Amino acid sequence: MSGQSKISVQRWTNLSIGVAIIVGLALVLLLAGPAFIPVTLLDKLTVLFIYISLAAMWNALAGYGGMISAGQQAFFGLGGYLAIRLSEWGVEPYLALVVAALLAGVLALPISAIVLRLRAGEFAIGMWVIAEVLRLLVNLDPIIQGDTGRSLIALSSFGAAERREITYWITLASMTVMLGVIFTLLRSRLGSSIQAIRDNEEAAASVGVRVLFAKRVIFVIAGIGCALAGALWLATFTTFQPRSFFGIQWSAYMIFMVLVGGIGRFEGPILGAIIFFLIETWFSAAGVWYLIVLGLTALLFSLFLPKGIWGYIEDRFHLLLLPVGYRLQTPVGGPIATPSDVSR
Amino acid sequence: MSFLSAVIDGVLLGGYYAMIACGLSFMFGVMRIINLAHGSLAIVAAFALWFIADRLEYDPFLALIVVLPGMGLLGWLLQRGILERSARSGELVPILSTFGLAIVVENALFECFGADTRSLAPYVGSLSYDSFELGGGLYIGELAILTFAVAILLLGGLQLFLTYTPLGRQIRATAEDPDTVELVGVNSRFVNAVAALIALVTVALAGLFLGLRSSFDPYSGSLQLIFAFEAAVIGGTGSLWGTLRGGIVLGVAQTFGAHLHPQGFLLAGHAVFLLVLVGRLYVPAQLLRVFLKSAVGSFR
Amino acid sequence: MSLLSISALDIRHGLLQAVREVSFHVDQGETIALIGANGAGKTTLLRAIAGAHRATRGQILLDGLDLTSMPTYQRVAMGIALVPEGRRLFAAMTVEENLQIARASGRKGEWTIDRVMETFPMLKPRRKALCGTLSGGEQQATAIGRALMTNPRLLLLDEVSLGLSPLAVDLVYKSVDSLIVSGATILLVEQDLKRALKVSNRVMCMLEGRIVVEGSAKTLTREQITDAYFGHQKRRRAEASS
Repeated sequence: MSGQSKISVQRWTNLSIGVAIIVGLALVLLLAGPAFIPVTLLDKLTVLFIYISLAAMWNALAGYGGMISAGQQAFFGLGGYLAIRLSEWGVEPYLALVVAALLAGVLALPISAIVLRLRAGEFAIGMWVIAEVLRLLVNLDPIIQGDTGRSLIALSSFGAAERREITYWITLASMTVMLGVIFTLLRSRLGSSIQAIRDNEEAAASVGVRVLFAKRVIFVIAGIGCALAGALWLATFTTFQPRSFFGIQWSAYMIFMVLVGGIGRFEGPILGAIIFFLIETWFSAAGVWYLIVLGLTALLFSLFLPKGIWGYIEDRFHLLLLPVGYRLQTPVGGPIATPSDVSR
Repeated sequence: MSFLSAVIDGVLLGGYYAMIACGLSFMFGVMRIINLAHGSLAIVAAFALWFIADRLEYDPFLALIVVLPGMGLLGWLLQRGILERSARSGELVPILSTFGLAIVVENALFECFGADTRSLAPYVGSLSYDSFELGGGLYIGELAILTFAVAILLLGGLQLFLTYTPLGRQIRATAEDPDTVELVGVNSRFVNAVAALIALVTVALAGLFLGLRSSFDPYSGSLQLIFAFEAAVIGGTGSLWGTLRGGIVLGVAQTFGAHLHPQGFLLAGHAVFLLVLVGRLYVPAQLLRVFLKSAVGSFR
Repeated sequence: MSLLSISALDIRHGLLQAVREVSFHVDQGETIALIGANGAGKTTLLRAIAGAHRATRGQILLDGLDLTSMPTYQRVAMGIALVPEGRRLFAAMTVEENLQIARASGRKGEWTIDRVMETFPMLKPRRKALCGTLSGGEQQATAIGRALMTNPRLLLLDEVSLGLSPLAVDLVYKSVDSLIVSGATILLVEQDLKRALKVSNRVMCMLEGRIVVEGSAKTLTREQITDAYFGHQKRRRAEASS
């Protein structure tokens, strides 16, 4: 009956296409980084990329999958440990980082068999227990030497400048791949399933969503991501100490970054990681007060601004830079829709 | 002989675990909130008791007169100030809020008291190392017996309170159906605050006995939370006496593990927890009952 | 003055407008039946009066007192009791405990556990039984008894015949009759039209959130009610096709 204007379902807005182009350009710029970025800043950027990776992974689990984990440090530490182990067996150090992450992904499968059936709060602590168990088991390996730790000795075969550059590129590449995987996943059918599960697991199951499968995919991806971050952290700081790599503070950082940045949004964790990075740069000398402020901020955000800064901005200004959902483009002032209006 | 003493030690340790676990289980049962700050709040109580014992020179048991109501009040404020609000946003937000709280609490404790480990044992004479002789070379610690006895009294008292008092009935009803309970005139916000108060009083008691039997530092809370959680899950989440069952299983496993390996204490406990978890998730209930029956039969 | 006075009540249910500009009053001692198809807004209206649902606009007055922003448990203390759809008993507690809980409202009055047992004699042998083990009729009796224990001035009954056998429904309505005889003020939602008309003084029919027909149970005709129940379209279609 209308025939003149059609309603279309859109994935991108003009704004978001523009943003995507800008992001692409920024990546190219960063790639050329070692050519013009000063050395200290290069190190800092490497750390920032790791933070962004961690935040994106935790957000994928919690913000999209609805699984709040207080134990992702299990994979962070696992990544670091496996990298050391593989290196000891003669694997080339930078290759060991990637293989370690993939191995951790394999281990994520039996772990998921245990924890995925747990309800919300139990899952959170359950993962914490897994982290503790892994820390204890890793300590049993004689090469780790308890809390003294162990260095990734094989890295010393590279010159300092070379090591810094390679680590920078690998970290940049890893972060880009992880963000890309998440972005693509979320825009896929599985992504819709996982968000449906987050919103209402029972309802999702009743329309045929394979709940356990979807959760497992996200869990394994987050596991690989966190493990890769851990391995990269090892490459950046060279020494692996179980207590530090398996420490609960990593969960605190991830929760802070995602809560403050914006949970359940794609851009949120990136913003949160940047904020966290800046706070850490300026205030970590304040020692324990810095942690108190982090915890307090996370607490206050959970109570008063649960959608985070980005969530607030998105809601207030209807800004969608990198949308993962669908938008209905309706003709302005057009007649009320009938089914024939929606184009395939 | 040492087998028997290990079992006895483990069972008595279970009494402590029941104490630390019952508050966590209680809060979850009534309000559906898993309080990730549970462990660090026990440490708050332990430090408060230590402060009164060390600086003000009162007996820690006497200090309970101040610390128990104080922690109760803290529980009330916690519920009204934080938990109530965060629970409105859904099931997941309280996890984040209590986690943030845990980080604040343990680091604030560090700021106040430093990294040194403390203990309440020096302030109670020889209670921490006195023991009864059972004969045949078997000894049981006086403190261990006391802890177990207090745990039984606590659980029993809570059970009686919940079963026979009007407020206890209101708590049970609120736990079952918080919406309908308002329709019969119960102020569910008040009831939840009372439940939080009760939970934190149990936490304070647990803090006392933790400080008496071992040392603690500002960051000891995480491990206590994990033990509490494991005991609660092993015994069956939401069950009051289940925390004693679970605590005993955990304590016995840990005690045996300690005999096998220096890290065995922790590893054995976690291993049993994971086994029970997997068993509960994957073995159908009927099969489990059959297995348990036959296992018991073979001991006769 | 009326016991209950509702003016221009608007209630949202998520994004859905469940009740639109509803106004009516209930006098002391009256029994009013609220009828209408599923989704008409009847349960939402009752729940809003009891306080389980927030109204977006409008006023709820009990004996002149504005209850609109009062929390649920305080309304019970003021004298409003709702027997919710589906009974909603505390299944893990006994019949006696379910009745005892209602004492939390603190209202003084004639209702005691023994009096509830007299009114619903089927509950006498089940006094210590867990509510999860009761039959449908016993559950309904307990639910009504629980509401009565708060000594209400206004009793709200939401679909008390739902899921019950005809015999059980008879028994339930016998006790409702005795309540009416003793002077209770009742607002009830009922799918069974015959029963609704038999037991009430006035009938209100809701459609898509509005009250479309209101009148005395004795004088309203079948046609008027059916029209209102299904909306006038049915009549128009019938006329157009003839």
